[in-house]
Formats: sequence, structure tokens, C-alpha cells
Amino acid sequence: MAINWFKYSSPASFYSLAGKMIPVFVFVSVILLVAGLYVGFFVAPTDFQQGEAYRIIFIHVPAAWMSMFLYVVMAFWAGMGLAFNTRLSSMLATAIAPTGAMFTFIALWTGALWGKPMWGTWWVWDARLTSELILFFLYIGFMSLQAAIDDPRRADKAGAIIALVGVINIPIIYFSVQWWNTLHQGASVSINQAPAMATTMLTGMLIMVLASWMYSIAVILKRTRVIILERESHTTWVADLQKKGALL
Amino acid sequence: MIWSSWSEFFSMGGYGLYVWGSYIVTFMCIVGEILLISNRRRTLEKQYSHIEDLDNNETKNETTS
Repeated sequence: MAINWFKYSSPASFYSLAGKMIPVFVFVSVILLVAGLYVGFFVAPTDFQQGEAYRIIFIHVPAAWMSMFLYVVMAFWAGMGLAFNTRLSSMLATAIAPTGAMFTFIALWTGALWGKPMWGTWWVWDARLTSELILFFLYIGFMSLQAAIDDPRRADKAGAIIALVGVINIPIIYFSVQWWNTLHQGASVSINQAPAMATTMLTGMLIMVLASWMYSIAVILKRTRVIILERESHTTWVADLQKKGALL
Repeated sequence: MIWSSWSEFFSMGGYGLYVWGSYIVTFMCIVGEILLISNRRRTLEKQYSHIEDLDNNETKNETTS
């Protein structure tokens, strides 16, 4: 079966496809969120070392993973936009940044609230925390730079440079707990080791990770649609949609 | 069941401030993000209806002149 994937690289067909997909992702993410919170609060047992405070993990780890993952995806699409001059790729990158910044903020915030009772401090300048803070500044820098340039295509290109240079920070965050002696603990989940936590804790956390993915996709598609409309208002396909009353 | 009462659930073994502080702020971020996008969209829809009005006025003017 031949599918013309390039069809969806045009903003017009992407716009309607995304519109159909958003409700599906919203639905799945709500189901997963409810399931994840149920497992996290009512099935997963109390931790023998940390008591109930460990339940912050069900947002902290998914948020931290999303903050890194979304950055890589953002840099990828920004780079595609730069290399192939495709409008939609750059719009996607622009749409990813605020959600990535939000997850980075949540990771830092929940980390502080977890650090206070467990380490006795809200913040330390250790490698993991500092590199995650730099990630936050990279997102903010990307967004501010794009907002400061009037011509959207030039803003796309300038943003892409920041995004691509900043990718170097991602492996630094990820391996910081191995490379440096940090207060932050090592990886929660790794491929070649048995998980260091109870199965139900791990299950709850992984369900929350999936919920965050679905949420991110839904919200990024929604924002991409708004950006498409903002930028393509002069085109005939938008005018046609508007005449049909199919803009929503 | 882990919790014997709701008050025990809310106190989170004495870590209530930290656990709920994390969950509530996360919830507010998500609601805030969704509201911001909807707002941006609504502003855009208003602009589009203005554009439509302008188009209509222009065509009216053309026919009258």
C-alpha cells in the first residue's frame, strides 16, 4: 500500500489531519492520567526509605524525561526546517518549545519539593540540577529569540541555530549522574539492570510517562494549528476553509 | 488499601505540603497551558471575522460606487 507521507508536510493537509487526531490523543491521555494517578496513590505501596514523599516521582520523572525528549524533537524539526526550508517543520519546533519549557519547570519545581524533605535543601548547584536549569534557559532563549524577530522565516532560522547548539546539553543532563558526583540519585530505570523499585511503583510511573506523551502530542498539535492559522492567513486554503465554516 | 482515612491520604505521612505542592502546581501549569492556547486561538478567530467583515464591506463599496 502506497501512502504519500509528504502530503502531510503541507500545512493545509496537516491542519485538517491534526484537527481529527487531537480528540483521540486527549481521550487517551485522560484515561492514562486517571489510571496512572490511581496506581500511584492507591496501589503503589509506601516506600520503606522515603515514606509517602516518593509519590512525587509520578510527576517528577515523566516531566524530566519529557523535558529532554521534547528538546530533541524540537531541535530535530528546527533542523529539518533549516535544512529543507519546510515551513511546517519550523512551525512544529516553535509549537514544541512552550510545552518543553513547561515540563522543564515542573521537573525543577517538583525536584525542589522533593529535595527539601529528602536532602534538606530546595536546591544545590550539582551537575544534574544545573544542567536541567540550563535546559530551561535554552527553551526560554529559543522562545524569546523567535519572539524578537518580526519575520517568521528568519525567526525560524535563528531559533534553529540555538536549538541545534543546545542539543549538546541533553547528553550532559542524562549522564550527569554518572560523570559527576551528584547529590541527585542515578537513573531510575535502566535497560540492563533490574528496576530498583517495586513493580507497582514502576507501573504507575510508566503509565504517567505515557500520559505525558499523549498530552504533549495533543497540546503541541493544537498549538501548531494556531501557528499555522497565524502564519497562513493570507493563503487561499485558509480562506476556503473559512468560507466553508470549517476553520474549527 | 494503603489509606485508612481521607485525612491520612491528604497528610501523605507528613509530606502533604511537598506532595500536594508538586501535584497542584503541575495541574495549574497544564490548565494554564491549555487556556493560553485557547485564548490565542480565540483572538485569531476574532481577527478572522474582522477580515471577513472587511471583505464584505469592500464588496459592498464596489457595488455601490
